[in-house]
Amino acid sequence: MSPFLLLLLLLVLSVAGYFIGQYKALNLARKAGGASRLHSLPVYYGMLTALWCCLPAFFMFLIWLGFEQTIVTGLMVADLPETARSLPPARLNLLIKDIQSLASGNIVSGEITPLMRQAAAHYVELQGIGKMITSVIVLVASVAGMLTLHRHIRPELRARNHVEKVVMGLLVVCSTIAIFTTIGIVLSILYEAVRFFRQVPVTEFLFGLEWSPQMAIREDQVGSSGAFGAVPVFAGTILISAIAMLVAAPIGLMSAIFLSEYADKRLRAVAKPMLEILAGVPTVVYGFFAALVVAPMIRGSGAQIGIDVSSESALAAGLVMGVMIIPFVSSLSDDVINAVPQSLRDGAYSVGATRSETIRHVLVPAALPGIVGGLLLAVSRAIGETMIVVMAAGLSANLTANPLQAVTTVTVQIVTLLVGDQEFDSPKTLAAFALGLVLFIGTLFLNIIALTVVRKYRERYE
Amino acid sequence: MQEVLKQNIVEKRILAPRDSRKTIGNINVPNPRMVCRNVNVYYGDKQAIRNVSIDIGCNEVLAMIGPSGCGKSTFLRCLNRMNDTIDSCRVTGEILFDGRDIYDPSVDVVPLRAQVGMVFQKPNPFPKSIYENVAWAPKIHGIVESKSDTDEIVESSLQKAGLWEEVKDRLDQPGTGLSGGQQQRLCIARAIAVSPEVILMDEPCSALDPIATAKIEDLIEELRAQYTIAIVTHSMQQASRVSQRTAFFHLGDLIEVGTTETIFTKPSHQLTEDYITGRYG
Ligand SMILES: Nc1ncnc2c1ncn2[C@@H]1O[C@H](COP(=O)(O)OP(=O)(O)OP(=O)(O)O)[C@@H](O)[C@H]1O
Ligand SMILES: [Mg+2]
Repeated sequence: MSPFLLLLLLLVLSVAGYFIGQYKALNLARKAGGASRLHSLPVYYGMLTALWCCLPAFFMFLIWLGFEQTIVTGLMVADLPETARSLPPARLNLLIKDIQSLASGNIVSGEITPLMRQAAAHYVELQGIGKMITSVIVLVASVAGMLTLHRHIRPELRARNHVEKVVMGLLVVCSTIAIFTTIGIVLSILYEAVRFFRQVPVTEFLFGLEWSPQMAIREDQVGSSGAFGAVPVFAGTILISAIAMLVAAPIGLMSAIFLSEYADKRLRAVAKPMLEILAGVPTVVYGFFAALVVAPMIRGSGAQIGIDVSSESALAAGLVMGVMIIPFVSSLSDDVINAVPQSLRDGAYSVGATRSETIRHVLVPAALPGIVGGLLLAVSRAIGETMIVVMAAGLSANLTANPLQAVTTVTVQIVTLLVGDQEFDSPKTLAAFALGLVLFIGTLFLNIIALTVVRKYRERYE
Repeated sequence: MQEVLKQNIVEKRILAPRDSRKTIGNINVPNPRMVCRNVNVYYGDKQAIRNVSIDIGCNEVLAMIGPSGCGKSTFLRCLNRMNDTIDSCRVTGEILFDGRDIYDPSVDVVPLRAQVGMVFQKPNPFPKSIYENVAWAPKIHGIVESKSDTDEIVESSLQKAGLWEEVKDRLDQPGTGLSGGQQQRLCIARAIAVSPEVILMDEPCSALDPIATAKIEDLIEELRAQYTIAIVTHSMQQASRVSQRTAFFHLGDLIEVGTTETIFTKPSHQLTEDYITGRYG
C-alpha cells in the first residue's frame, strides 16, 4: 500500500472514530439523562476518539519512514553473496548505491552485472514486504486505539481536558519547528565555516583588508593565491544598506504618516496598495533600472559638476534598493500608527494639540515598537538583497566609504563563490559559508539590539 | 404588557423622520459663557441632534442626562469641535463661545480646544510619564518657558485634580501605570494644565469606584469656582450632587432644561419624569 493511500485510510478511520465516539457519548448521555451529565460535550469524546485513532498510528508510520531505508538496505546487504560483502567499505557503498538506483530505475555508475540485477529485485521485494508490514501495523494501531478509547468512554472521562492537552502539544510542536529549523541552519553553516577556518585563520578572515578569493586550481596557473579578508565585503554591505535605509526610512515613515493621518479614506484605499506594489516588483527589474537608468544618471550629473563617478556605484544600487524597501517601512508603520487607539488622538486634540504635534509626540512614540519592526524588516531586506547589487554596484571588493565607487556585498560574494564548477572543499567555496555565518551573527545582533531598544521604550511608556 | 407595547409604538414614531420637539424650561442664563442656538448634528444622513438651543453659564456645572444613544456625547463634542475628527459628522446652527461662533471658518480649533478642554469617559493618558502627561500641553502652547514654570504648573494641576499627594514621588513613571481612578484624575489635571475656561466631561466617573467618584465630584465642585463645566452622566445622584442646571435629552431632542432642583423635584415633561424616576431607559 502506498504511503499516501495509507494516510488517506488513516484519515477515514479517524473520521469514523470521531462519529463512533460521539455516538457512544450521546448514547451515554441519553441514558444518564441529558448531555449535562457528561463531563464534556459529546464532540470532545468524538475528537478524543479520533485523536487516539490517528496519533499513535501516525507515529508508527513516521518511525517506519525513518528506519525503512536502513532496515531494508541492511537486509539486502545481508543477503548479498560473501564475495560482495567482503569488498572494502567504499566499494561496497558504491555497489549498494548502484543497486538502489537500479531498483528505482535510475542511471547506474558502472556496468550492470547479474548479481546487481538479482540484488535489485530482492531489494524491491524487501521494500514491498516492508510497506505491507507497516500498513498492517499502522492500521492495527489505529483500530486498537479507537477500540481502547471507545471502551473508556464514560460520563466521568475528562475528554475536553485531554483533547485540549493534545492540541496544546501540537501547538508546541509547531512553534518549535521554527526554532529547530534555525538551529539546523546555524549548525550546517557552522560546520562548513569551521572547515574554512581550518584553512584560513579566523583573524585573517575577520580583519583582513583584501578580498580576492580566486585560487589557482592547477599548480602552473597564473592567478592569485586567494586572499580572504572579509572587511571590504562587509563594508560594502554596510555602505549600500545604509544608503538604502537613508532613502527608505524617511520616505517610508513620512508616507505612512501621510496615509494614516492626512489622506482621506478613498485616497488611502488606492495609495496603499500602489505603494505595496513596489515590494512586489522582481528585484531583477530593479536591477535593470539601477544599471540602465540610475547609474548613468548619477555618472552624468557627476561629470557635469566635475566628479569622477564609476559606472557601477554603491550610490546607484543603494538608491534603488531604498526605493524597493520603502513599502516595508511604510506599510507596517502605517498599520501600527492606525492601530493607535482613537482615544489617544482625542486626548491630544482635546488639549489643543495640532495634528503634527499629535503625530510627533503621541502617535509615533506609541507606535514606535511597530515602526522599529518595520525598519528592521527593511534592513534585513537590504542586507539580503543580491540582484540589484550585482547589476548596479559591481563585483569588485573595494574597501571604501565613497558611495560613488563600485563595491560588493556579502550576499553577492556568496553567490559568486558558489556558482560555477568548484571543488567543494576548496577555501574558495567554503568561504561562502564563513561569510554566511558572519552575516547571520550580524543580523542576529541587529535584532537583539532593536528588541532591547523596543523593550526599554515599552518599560518607559506602558 | 399593554403599556410596554404602547411605549414601543411611541418610540417608533419618534425615530421616524420628524421635526424637533420643543424644549421646556428656560434655556437662558444671565451670564452665558457658551450659547448654542438651533444646533443640528448629522452623521452622514442620520440626524443625531435636532435643533438644540441652550446656554451654559459662567461658573456653573451643567449636567446632561438622558437615555443611552440620545446624543449627549455628540452634543458635548460639538462644544469644542472634537466632532471635526469624525469625517461623516456635520454640524449646523450656532455655537458661540464668549460671543464668537466657534464654527466660523476663521476660527482656529487649536486655541479653541485649549480654551474648551475635555475629559473622556475612558481615561486616556498618553504613553508618557505622569509629569509629561501634564506638562505636554502647556509646553506645546508655549505657556511655560523654564523648567521651574513647568514644575509649578504640573504641581498645581495635579494638586487641583487631587492627585498630587499620590504621585509626587513617582512623577517620572508612566501615566498608564496608574489605577483607573488615578488615570482619570490625571486626565483632569492634563485638561486644566492649559487653564481652559470650559471643561467638558463625558461620563468621567463611569469606570470608577464610589471613592474615586466622590473625589472627582469634590474636584468638580472646587473647579466650578474658576471654570465652566458641562458634564454628561448616567447617574441621577451625581447630576443632582454636582450640577446647578440639568438638561434632559431624548432621541436627539433637548426635552427639558432647568435648575437641577426643579428637574429632579418638579419635572414638567412626562419623559423627564419617567426618566428620572427610573421608569424609562
Ligand atoms: N461616529 C458616529 N458615526 C455615526 N453615528 C454615530 C457616531 N457616534 C454616535 N453616533 C450616533 O449618534 C447617536 C447619539 O450618540 P451619542 O454617542 O451622542 O449618544 P450618548 O447620548 O452619548 O449615548 P451614551 O449615553 O450611551 O454614551 C446614536 O444614535 C449613535 O448611534
Ligand atoms: Mg456617550
